[in-house]
Amino acid sequence: MSFINYAAREINCKLVYYGPGLGGKTTNLQQIYARIDPRSKGKLISLATKTERTLFFDFLPLDLGTVRGFKTRFHLYTVPGQVFYDASRKLILKGADGVVFVADSQVERMEANLESLENLESNLAEQGQGLDGMPHVMQYNKRDLLNIVSLPDLQAALNTRNAAWCEACAPKGIGVFETLKAAAKLVLIDLKKKVGG
Amino acid sequence: MHTPGRDLFLFAEDEHRLAAVLERLCEEAKARAAFLVDQNGRLIAASGDTVGLDTTALASLVAGSMAATGSLARLIGERAFSGLFHEGERSHLYITVVTEGLILVVSFDRGSSPGLVRFRVRRASEDIGQAFAEITGRTAGWQAELAQITDEDIENLLSS
Repeated sequence: MSFINYAAREINCKLVYYGPGLGGKTTNLQQIYARIDPRSKGKLISLATKTERTLFFDFLPLDLGTVRGFKTRFHLYTVPGQVFYDASRKLILKGADGVVFVADSQVERMEANLESLENLESNLAEQGQGLDGMPHVMQYNKRDLLNIVSLPDLQAALNTRNAAWCEACAPKGIGVFETLKAAAKLVLIDLKKKVGG
Repeated sequence: MHTPGRDLFLFAEDEHRLAAVLERLCEEAKARAAFLVDQNGRLIAASGDTVGLDTTALASLVAGSMAATGSLARLIGERAFSGLFHEGERSHLYITVVTEGLILVVSFDRGSSPGLVRFRVRRASEDIGQAFAEITGRTAGWQAELAQITDEDIENLLSS
């Protein structure tokens, strides 16, 4: 659900990073926070456990620039990836304008990827939405590791809708901004469509 | 009532109307500041002393907190909890859902009291609820400016 503030000339959109636990969702936000111009970002908030696992969410507000006199502000959220935090995931997913699915490329995490993707679809369905109508980008993270699934196999297993996708190595910042830009673009195009443009 | 999933459009006159209600609430409740936040954590309107306060972070955390509180209520068989009161040493927050999808936050200190704030919030909630229903109940037809955005504009925005 976008929020367009004509008074402040702002378009506000919510982008949610979803995916299995330890897949790199928080790292994506940390890298964006570390590398973006300080004038374009707000505070990075992490509601995490003592062991730095996401407990509720991470939050990062970003200004991506101006389009036709409107400031585009994106609120980036991550969900907790661990299976038992589903109630929190549902809350964060509410009102999302777009989703980035951060998949872990390691062979041993494929089951977790599939489980998380199914969970995303089921939580969207509960809100009367579906992944088909939701702007989304697949990010295949951890491509620098040795024991990883091939790109065609990842695509076949996780990207059956042929969504935009990016390879990434989030701790090095590789693919992080490409993913963000692809998702932001899809969200804005979707918003434009919704208002009849 | 705001339909979840629908986009929200706010114009200058809406902002002035909501800010005026919040301003009156601040005066009557002797509060430091008052904010309206949507259920997705976005700041809709604010009034009072907000200097030096990260209102973006505040809005996100308030929405998260209220969402968790709502879920807690349902866990014990309640439809919702009517309000949340955070008591600090010097500053306090009173948070309540005004209408579906809209949260009112009042920040106050020892110059006021929880009872006074709650009392004044009740009246302000009616005014805010009515204004918000009108804002969200409008039909389309005023989105032409946004519809002019081209794919090229979006591409240019994200190419830098």
